[in-house]
Amino acid sequence: MEDNTIICRCSDVTLQQVRDLIKEGYVTYDEIKRITRIGMGPCQGKTCGQLVLREIASATGQNIADIKFQTTRPPVVGVKLGLIAEEGRRNEE
Amino acid sequence: MKNSAEVVIIGAGISGCSTAYNLAKKGVKNIVVLEKNYICSGSTGRCGAGVRMQWGTEMNCKIAKESIEFYEHANEILEYDRDVDFKQKGYLLIADTDKEIEQFKKNIEVQHSCGIPSKLLSLEEAREIVPYLNTDMLKGAAFCEKDGFLNPFKTTDAFYKAAKRLGVEFNTFTEVTGIKTENGRVVGVDTNKGFISTNIVVNATNAYSKNICDMIGLDIPVYSERHQILVTEPVEPMQDPMVMSFGLNLYVQQSPEGSFIMGRGDANEPRDLRITSSWHFLEEMAKTIDAILPPISKLRVVRQWAGLYNMTPDKQPIYDKADNIEGFYLCVGYSGHGFMFGPITGIVMSEMILGEKPTIDVSMLNLNRFKTGNLLLEPSVV
Ligand SMILES: Cc1cc2nc3c(=O)[nH]c(=O)nc-3n(C[C@H](O)[C@H](O)[C@H](O)COP(=O)(O)OP(=O)(O)OC[C@H]3O[C@@H](n4cnc5c(N)ncnc54)[C@H](O)[C@@H]3O)c2cc1C
Ligand code: FES
Repeated sequence: MEDNTIICRCSDVTLQQVRDLIKEGYVTYDEIKRITRIGMGPCQGKTCGQLVLREIASATGQNIADIKFQTTRPPVVGVKLGLIAEEGRRNEE
Repeated sequence: MKNSAEVVIIGAGISGCSTAYNLAKKGVKNIVVLEKNYICSGSTGRCGAGVRMQWGTEMNCKIAKESIEFYEHANEILEYDRDVDFKQKGYLLIADTDKEIEQFKKNIEVQHSCGIPSKLLSLEEAREIVPYLNTDMLKGAAFCEKDGFLNPFKTTDAFYKAAKRLGVEFNTFTEVTGIKTENGRVVGVDTNKGFISTNIVVNATNAYSKNICDMIGLDIPVYSERHQILVTEPVEPMQDPMVMSFGLNLYVQQSPEGSFIMGRGDANEPRDLRITSSWHFLEEMAKTIDAILPPISKLRVVRQWAGLYNMTPDKQPIYDKADNIEGFYLCVGYSGHGFMFGPITGIVMSEMILGEKPTIDVSMLNLNRFKTGNLLLEPSVV
């Protein structure tokens, strides 16, 4: 059965897409992320990341805690470029 | 993992995957690719993914043009079941000094001699392409509609899958720790998962190329340098081409998903293998964008990351074999533009290994040029 449940709302990725990739042999979080863009949206995988890890764990028989998650990258909350520029110019004065 | 191979390729970025595919397509059996991490985990998976024909040396123009023509048909040629998402919306190169405009004119002459449809634009014409471009501090622009960008993960995946179908063995999380030589030739490769005997090794490790060459005592004049990049929240389509400036030090494009991707170089980067992100980059990037493309500065940054350029003294790659040890080949030193050269890298390396007549004569990109001083300096890089 196709599972068209969207598991990553930011990047529009379905559970089925993730399961298909795992079946094809893409069993690391980073590979699945890079092909589907899962976890690359504005929420930075806060919603979908755990779901992907759970799928990998159940397909490969690993413990979920042993699977490597993505690097948390700055900035953690979205900052407007203009504000950063302003701050930068102020620091120069 | 096999314990012997006809060819061992080290590194599974665009260069390693393309070389593996081309060798397999030419009928080489028993090819093994070794990757210390996962496929596309190196610079290829971190790059801006832009491809352009607008170069300053004839060599770079030729390699880029042929590679882009390959990318136009990559899905069909590689029989890819996903899409490499190639969008040809052009590169708009902008200049803020008269000197750079003079350089554009020289470059365009070279480009036209290679059949590249680039042209010089007035500031008005540039604003027709990107209406919100602030031209106050600019002198002029150049444009080529054939330039563009594609998805680097899927492009590498397309080569990887095609190579795999042709029988290439890929071993991920397998790190090369040594190269064994006997009587002046390669006889095998040591890895953290065991030894593979082989007479041919290809060094496609980009940032780590020097470490691999050290293993056979070959000294190459390359160094690695961090380059940073960021992505914003996605918005409605508003910018077609990549906007790039060598003088102002920036490139910025809107991805098909709607987010803006932008980066710049930093002359003060230390020469090492660090890939952490810095606030300094964010600030410099933000100030440049605010000045040149004001509406984009209203967007929020969602992520920044970094990757490594592998730099050569003339900012052009090295395609060659070692002269001290037989059976050791290298395709490295792209100086920040190895993704767009990927298709040709694979073709010329496979031809070199098999002793075939080259599709493009890249013999000028040999190692010896650094000794003789016969360099071909590329003037147009960020
Ligand atoms: C921020 C940034 C933006 C860029 N933008 C562009 C652009 O717009 N257009 C463009 O054309 N290029 C761009 N580049 C350059 C481009 O990314 C590289 O030139 C290109 O990806 C090199 O590909 P590669 O396959 O040679 O190397 P890589 O993709 O780096 O692959 C090398 C692989 O070798 C592996 N490896 C290393 N050592 C070992 C070992 N001992 N054993 C096993 N495996 C090993 C690594 O893990 C890695 O996966 C950019 C680079 C950066 C950092
Ligand atoms: S839900 Fe996947 S990145 Fe936000």
